[in-house]
Amino acid sequence: MAETHQITAGFMPLLDSAVLVTAKEMGFAAAEGIDLTLVREMSWANIRDRLAVGHFQVAHMLGPMPIACNLGLTPLAVPTIVPMALGQGGNAVTVSNAVWAAMSAHGAEENFDPATTGHALKKVVLERVSQRKPLLRFAVVHPFSGHNYELRYWLAACGIDPSRDIEIVIVPPPLMVDALASGTIDGYCVGEPWSTAAALLGRGHIVTVKAAIWRSSPEKVLGAGALWAEENPEALSALLRALSNAAKWCGDAHNHDDLTRILAEKLYVAQPAGWMLPALRGQLPIGGERTVAVSDFFVPFAKGATFPWKSHALWFYSQMVRWGQVQHTAANAQIARETYRPDLYRAALKPLGIALPVANAKVEGALTAATPVGSSGASLVLGPDGFFDGGLFDPDKLDAYIASQKL
Amino acid sequence: MPAGQKPLSILVIDENHLRASVIEAGLREAGYDDLTIVYDVVGIARRIEKIQPDVIMINLENPNRDMLENMFQLSRAVKRPIAMFVDRSDSASIEAAVEAGVSAYVVDGLKRERVKPVLDMAISRFNAFSRMSRELDEARSELEKRKLVERAKGILMSTRGLSEQQAYVLLRKTAMSQNRKISEIAESLITAAGLLAPPGEEE
Repeated sequence: MAETHQITAGFMPLLDSAVLVTAKEMGFAAAEGIDLTLVREMSWANIRDRLAVGHFQVAHMLGPMPIACNLGLTPLAVPTIVPMALGQGGNAVTVSNAVWAAMSAHGAEENFDPATTGHALKKVVLERVSQRKPLLRFAVVHPFSGHNYELRYWLAACGIDPSRDIEIVIVPPPLMVDALASGTIDGYCVGEPWSTAAALLGRGHIVTVKAAIWRSSPEKVLGAGALWAEENPEALSALLRALSNAAKWCGDAHNHDDLTRILAEKLYVAQPAGWMLPALRGQLPIGGERTVAVSDFFVPFAKGATFPWKSHALWFYSQMVRWGQVQHTAANAQIARETYRPDLYRAALKPLGIALPVANAKVEGALTAATPVGSSGASLVLGPDGFFDGGLFDPDKLDAYIASQKL
Repeated sequence: MPAGQKPLSILVIDENHLRASVIEAGLREAGYDDLTIVYDVVGIARRIEKIQPDVIMINLENPNRDMLENMFQLSRAVKRPIAMFVDRSDSASIEAAVEAGVSAYVVDGLKRERVKPVLDMAISRFNAFSRMSRELDEARSELEKRKLVERAKGILMSTRGLSEQQAYVLLRKTAMSQNRKISEIAESLITAAGLLAPPGEEE
């Protein structure tokens, strides 16, 4: 290819950096004329800062982060767009062995069912309150993260007030397992491989997963500097095509051994391949040789998993409002809606002939089974996409949803 | 520092003790005596509550920046709002800081000209420290290479009865003919000698 686009992308060492990493390592970026440089970072704050000062043109980001940047909720933020998602699902909630023992005594089973495990956790929480013990402390990776919102959604739907009945703190993913083992925290919601790692090391117990709390739900995205994207539309389109091809490769089960070998390398996730295979196979460890099967635990490509749904952006926004991070106004909702850019996604990927959703937003939680939907290119099957409590999020009824979600 | 002004209270968080002391020395030389250095973030909320720093500096390799920023936004420990860097519009300073590998959080309302010298000092010390570490790494690898060559010479001297000078010439000639570095040849030779040594004799 004649023209070479120089693109530098920041990423965090997590399983869902897979799409960016394989775009480089498997040659999908080079095939689109992109010289892709990947830089591993130690914090989401670094990713945001380096995007702001122009060291990165694009980055692996938490889905709500670009929205928070555009709403001016974080320091040193520049306008950031989301032209693509980097897969769906991939997180799990893990508790310490002590908390699991208490939950088991209250009827929790090893099935990752959010309703029953949440019910058992509520009893543990109430018991501690009556015994005047300190509140349970859960960790998430960032205040503007899917982890924070799905953990809070699950707890609240099970009758646990996440702002009063427990404490939520921020801990970086690689430090989660040690923090759990040392008793600094009692549980966490994190991306892989950090729940699998705790389970395999016998330091914690997975109680439920993102894919069970809200199936086919958004997680990491490609964040792009809005100015760079505007000035370099061809480079961005080429990158989206490379990432789409990489996502397809990552989603193919035949490639999972190769994928985990690449990710295990020192430059990338730098953790054992055996810690990453369970998530890709949807067989999560619960101690010894035992596993629990999870459908759609982490979906890199199928079911439109890379499509930047505006309804996903608006759901994240609704949670920012719910937990007091931002005030709901029509203008703020508009900023959130415009952060995600399905128009750029469609324009870039049209030549690939893959399935492209016709709509920009959908009612989240409406599909109880896999359902063919309107698409251009190949045919597209979406869902199921249900919230575990039967909740529905209609992005056209945002005000009503926000009003209804008070505890 | 202008007289009559309350000196800035500065908190430096750095898990690298050596770099922390380099920064501490720089700040003290510049007259900033109200300094607290911490090496890890355990109990950091209580420390911040106690010392109420005007400026908090943390290195970019520290994975706890997200935790720290969240604390600034939420915690009751932080009585005054904390913003980032000197001034949002001062992009040159911001870029220099990010490039040097340090980020600074500054209490809201603090005058730019009071914080700028602190940040500049931190940036220059961070850069100096990186340079120093790089030079140290280079010196270390130079020493390692020299040690490899010494060992390879010793092997040649004992196995082939060569003088030290002859052994060196042989290594150098081999390196030249194979277009490789003499330390690489030495390393191969040491590995091969290790493999060929009778059991119990390898180092």
